[in-house]
Formats: sequence, C-alpha cells, structure tokens
Amino acid sequence: MADDSTIGKPRLSPKARLRWDNVEKRHMLVFPEAALLLNETAAEILKLCDGERTVEQLVDTLAQQFVGADRKMIADEVTELLARLRTRGLLEA
Amino acid sequence: MAAPRPYTLVAELTYRCPLQCPYCSNPVNFQAMREEVSTEQWCKTFSEAADLGVVQLHLSGGEPVIRKDLPDLIRHARQCDLYTNLITGGTLLNTENLQQFRDCGLDHIQLSIQDTERETANLVAGVRSYDKKLTVARLIKQLGFPLTLNVVLHRFNIDHVPELIAQAADFGAQRLELANTQYYAWALENRSALMPTQAQRDRAEEIAREARARYRGTMEIAFVQVDYFSAEPKACMGGWARTYMCITPTGEVLPCHAAQVIPGLQFDSVRHQSLTTIWQQSAALNAFRGEAWMQEPCRSCPKKASDFGGCRCQAFLLAGDAAATDPVCRLSPHHEVVLAAVAAAEQEHVPLVYRNSKNSEKLSARP
Ligand code: SF4
Ligand code: SF4
Repeated sequence: MADDSTIGKPRLSPKARLRWDNVEKRHMLVFPEAALLLNETAAEILKLCDGERTVEQLVDTLAQQFVGADRKMIADEVTELLARLRTRGLLEA
Repeated sequence: MAAPRPYTLVAELTYRCPLQCPYCSNPVNFQAMREEVSTEQWCKTFSEAADLGVVQLHLSGGEPVIRKDLPDLIRHARQCDLYTNLITGGTLLNTENLQQFRDCGLDHIQLSIQDTERETANLVAGVRSYDKKLTVARLIKQLGFPLTLNVVLHRFNIDHVPELIAQAADFGAQRLELANTQYYAWALENRSALMPTQAQRDRAEEIAREARARYRGTMEIAFVQVDYFSAEPKACMGGWARTYMCITPTGEVLPCHAAQVIPGLQFDSVRHQSLTTIWQQSAALNAFRGEAWMQEPCRSCPKKASDFGGCRCQAFLLAGDAAATDPVCRLSPHHEVVLAAVAAAEQEHVPLVYRNSKNSEKLSARP
C-alpha cells in the first residue's frame, strides 16, 4: 500500500472537534477520552482538513499562508501530523 | 495549594435506572439520595466547569435519558463548548429522542451492553434488555453519532471477548471499552460472584491486544485491567481531584464516583455552593491532593509521583484507612486481602445481588 497519508482528501472524523482553548490560549483537538493541545501550524493544518482539499492543495494553501516557509518542510509536517491522527482514527479519507 | 485544572466532568444526572447491573458503580445506598440537582443548577455548573477548564463532559447516571430536561442540558453544555458524551444503557433511546439529542449538539454516545449472548446479557442486566440494545446500537449509527461500546467484564462474559470485539466492529463503533469490573459499590458486594479467574483474564487481555493491532485506525480497543491482578496499583483518576471530577445526582462534587464511601469527608454540593468555590476550597477535595497525606511505604517510594499511592477508596475499603497504601500494591501491609480475593475467584460461586431499590434499602440497613 502507498503511504496513505499523502492521498485522498482528509477530513476530521466526526468524533473529533477542533476548539479554541481559553485556558491555554491554543487550539485543542478533542475526542472521546482525550484531547491534544496543538501548535499553531497543526491547528492551521486541521482547519484545512475539510474533505474538499487534497493533501497537495492543503500544502499549497499553507505555503501561501506562511510566507517564506520551506514548502518541503510544510509538506513533511502535514504528512507526519496526518499519519499520527490517522492511526488514532481521527481522520477520514 | 492552588487547585489544578480539571479536564473532565462526569455529571451523574440521576440514580434512577431501569437496569439492575450487579457491578453498578452507584453507591449501594443510592435509594436514600433522591433529591436531584435542578436543570438550572446543572446549567450553571456546566458553565463554571467550562470556565475552570473542563473540556470533556460525560452525562451519566443511573440512566441519564430518564431526565426529561436532557435536551436542555445537552444544548447548554454545547453552548459552553464542552465535548458532550452521553453514557447510557440505551433501553430508553428511540429515533425521536436521538434525533432531538443530535439537534441539541450531542457529540458522542457511549452505549453499554452486557454480553453477546442474549441469556447472559439479560441475566446480568437483571432485566430483558438485550434485543432493545441491539436495535438502539444500529439506530445510534444510522443517526450518525460516533459510538463507543462499553462492556464491563466479569466471570460471565470475559470469555466472549472475541465475540464482543466482532459485535462492536459490526455496529461500527469507533471505540470499544473492555472494562474489567472495578470492585467498588455494588461490584464489591458481588466480588466473589463476578471476579474472573487469572486464566480467564490473561486470555481476554491477549485477545484484546491482538485485536487492537488489527483494528488500528478504525476502532480503538481499550482494555481496562482488574487492578487486583496487577503488580502495581492504578494511578487512580490521575490523582485525587487533579484533572477529573464527578458530580452526583444530588450535587456533591467528588474526585471519583466511589469517594462517598470514605467516612469523615464532607463533600460539598453545587446545590449550595458554586462549583468554582468547591473545586478550589472543598476540604474533602483538598484532603488527598499532593503528597503530604501519604504514609509509609508510599511516602519514601519513588513511584508516588506517578501512581499517587493508588486508590484512596480502595485503601479505605480494603485496609480500613483512606490514607493507607492501596492494598493492590505488593508493598502494602494489607496486600494479602487482595491475594485472598483473587484466590477465592478460582472456586467460589455465589448468587448475584442486583442493584435495585429493594436491595439498596436492605444493604443500607446493615449495622
Ligand atoms: S451500571 Fe447498570 S444499573 Fe448501574 S447505572 Fe449503569 S445501566 Fe444502570
Ligand atoms: S508503595 Fe505507594 S507509591 Fe510505591 S508503588 Fe506502592 S502504592 Fe505506589
């Protein structure tokens, strides 16, 4: 099987909710029994996981957003985060 | 000391329940506690919980669906941005109320089943409920809810772990909790009837471990140990009144659902004080925060920072002192009580005591 974190149009699983945490002043991904505090990049990545964009398009959007950032580095970060969420069942497609 | 940030609130909305599970975690004397927190008081409590930092809200019971105001409570919880989970036995659910809960914003449902075999399931629930639960599980998925299937494991169903896993996958559950009975409250009354043998437990854990790998990414499988069989005590609730709180139907704020058994602790109620005040100042919640209360062998043990000396309720129930080392720990001077209970499971077969009003009154009347 190909590395499935680079194909498809990722969308957050219905069991996961992205929210702003007022105590930590950071985004947080909440799902049954746990919550992950996110850094800024991770939060931006997840906001783009809408089931409409491909991973390629997602990386393009981020590259425009973070002016001056290395596209390859962004792509790596996206791949790594999506793979991590996928093994926890937090992503669809 | 400054109160830590709580993440989880379990709101036990009522002790009323159509089922009679002999492992129920509600207090044995639940029948005496009937004056429930009002809709308004719950809503105010949820708002304060969110301000304190709570992220996860579990609406539990008894059977929470019995509360007529459940839709209002769900709506309010979502307005407070709480991740809202309904913990239910399922027998009172139907298309209509499920749709209503969904419209109010309910995030997730945790449904409990007793077994995959009709006869055992009904026997353990004390009520015929098996068929209804099957229908409800499918309904929950049809309506698009993420579903956790919860099964409390004991001697009568622990050999059915393979079937339970298949059942959960067939329902389309996102998560399966295979939760071995924890011996408090009704479960402690029924300990020798419910405790599986070591061989049963080992087999079940092995099967769960193997399945966990197979279902990775589609269904999460959690296997909660019987702590009696563990070499070390559980880090109960991640420490007393640290990240977790439980509020009883009558409003008492507890560090866990069992804590009311500890004598001498006066738990404060959200019917009389604000949750914020209670979380920060309640003498009962402060009683076992930190490490100052610890005795030997915990006091000089390097593990105390990670296991907090185990469970305070269990220390009281099995050693008679809530500040003692949890007797599950091999270093506890009372450890033989645990070994004896495990050994007894290899032989004893005694009848089940069902969780119902009659038995509650009977057991509460004991000297
Ligand atoms: S464990 Fe059984 S009896 Fe107790 S509240 Fe849950 S469904 Fe009701
Ligand atoms: S002695 Fe206390 S701190 Fe040490 S392992 Fe046992 S319960 Fe934990």
